[in-house]
Amino acid sequence: MNAVISIFKKEIKGFFYSPLAYVISAVILALGGYFFSVTLFTTRIADISGVFMNLAVILIFAAPALTMKLLAGEEQDGTMEFLLTSPITVPQLIIGKYLAALGFFLFITALTFIYPGILLTLSTPDKGVILATYLGFFLLVAAYLSIGILCSSFTKSQVIASISGFGILLLLWISSWLSDSISGPLGSFFKTLSISEHYMDFLRGVIDTTHIVYFMSIILVSLILSMYSVSSRVWS
Amino acid sequence: MIELFNVTKKYGNKTAINNISLFVRSGEVLGLLGPNGAGKSTTMRIIAGYLLPTSGSVKVAGFDVVKEPVTAKRYIGYLPENPPLYKDMTVYDYINFAAELRGLKGKDKAHHVNRVIEEVGISDVKKRLIGHLSRGYRQRVGLAQALVANPQVLILDEPTVGLDPQQIIEIRQLIQELSGKRTVILSSHILPEVSSLCHRVAIINKGNLIVENTPQNLGKSLMGHQEIVLQIKGPQDKICTTLESLSGIKNITVSKVLKENLCEYTVQSELDKDIRESLFYAMSEGNFPILEMKSSFMSLEEIFLELVTEEPTAASQKEAN
Ligand SMILES: Nc1ncnc2c1ncn2[C@@H]1O[C@H](COP(=O)(O)OP(=O)(O)O)[C@@H](O)[C@H]1O
Ligand SMILES: [Mg+2]
Repeated sequence: MNAVISIFKKEIKGFFYSPLAYVISAVILALGGYFFSVTLFTTRIADISGVFMNLAVILIFAAPALTMKLLAGEEQDGTMEFLLTSPITVPQLIIGKYLAALGFFLFITALTFIYPGILLTLSTPDKGVILATYLGFFLLVAAYLSIGILCSSFTKSQVIASISGFGILLLLWISSWLSDSISGPLGSFFKTLSISEHYMDFLRGVIDTTHIVYFMSIILVSLILSMYSVSSRVWS
Repeated sequence: MIELFNVTKKYGNKTAINNISLFVRSGEVLGLLGPNGAGKSTTMRIIAGYLLPTSGSVKVAGFDVVKEPVTAKRYIGYLPENPPLYKDMTVYDYINFAAELRGLKGKDKAHHVNRVIEEVGISDVKKRLIGHLSRGYRQRVGLAQALVANPQVLILDEPTVGLDPQQIIEIRQLIQELSGKRTVILSSHILPEVSSLCHRVAIINKGNLIVENTPQNLGKSLMGHQEIVLQIKGPQDKICTTLESLSGIKNITVSKVLKENLCEYTVQSELDKDIRESLFYAMSEGNFPILEMKSSFMSLEEIFLELVTEEPTAASQKEAN
């Protein structure tokens, strides 16, 4: 537990000191604010689902950019040897890093509270929908980051880590499109696999356990695969 | 303290180290000597738990590094060949992080961090970013990281490589001070370094452990005899006959004629016989003053070359360059 906290502290400090993390946060918030005000002024409907749909797409790019350094960077700098010869376990390492990325995103998410905040002062939006939206957004980001970490564990190139993460997330996002053109069990498989399919319900205010299970499974599988991927360096 | 039993490591089908058994007693400083690509780093990485051996086993402080890695690693401070440093961290933060990973907390942690910073001489740069430090300082930070939890076992992979001569002297001095009661394995391809710092030397080449002994014994056993070089005043033929009459002498040569009646003699004797005393009395009996007498051991340099150099083929020449 102590090792997890130490790694968490080091990484979260790394995020808050890193210019890249601020640039990414600024882009997310600026685009989010833009979508928010456009929907607000054009439709005059007190609704944040549009913003959070757009944020989910932006994060397909942003999440891997934030996680790319977490393992690939250590490998590149030769510091993985330092970590793996310390008296800690690989699961502690991965979980510490994952929680730090999640922590930094919670900070960004907290900044998005402006949008519902403005709505609440202007009108009376459905609070249940807002809560469901945030739960969905949290799960979505948590899943994105776990895939980002997994991609960062395969390589020592941060560029490859971020691009492959971006590719995988994009494929998962659009795999529901395939289900439109493919019928039968394969089509429904792609639909089940699709992130957007599971995310959308939250934006409508629906909290369905299958969606929660879906996101939790992605997180679990990605983190376990990351642990194997890092350990395999020792086994090789 | 450190035990390797028949350790073999293969990368794919390339054997990096082959069936190495090695034991380092508590408090001993062992030098791992070998040319580039001999398998020194691989051996050290296996002991430090960064690589698993393909076969064989390794114990540190009695704990198997494969079966109980976390416990074994608590006893080890490890400085890899390239010091693993975070360039965008300050020296203090990095040492502090290393201390936390080794399970130190609170006051105890602060004490150890400050102690090690003092010990390796980096107090004046502790607030600086590691990326801005010179190589010599970086090497010290690397050492501090390895030493912060006061480990009983220290593994140093080519600790002086890439430093300038002044820094090399300083780091060697530091290592000498740090060895103290610790068990140390140190690798190097520089021979004088090993002979000055280590109690025992293990020479490896192409993954095989060739020989292992004290630097002095290595010299003796390789030559197969002892050698004494003397300057003696007196008529050459009489001195030679007196020398020949001593027991245990294998060979006498007049290596230099310095003046009339003053020559340098090289006397070879059997390994287990110390002939210096009887030699002295024999000469004084004959009234031949000994002006100089010294034992000549084969230097580690010569031993190393003898052991490691084979008939150089064109291919291995190329590899060496
Ligand atoms: N990760 C690796 N993959 C494949 N071969 C390797 C790897 N690391 C080292 N080797 C090979 O193993 C041999 C021993 O290397 P090493 O232990 O680094 O030697 P040294 O430290 O004595 O220079 C060399 O021939 C090297 O090319
Ligand atoms: Mg090496």
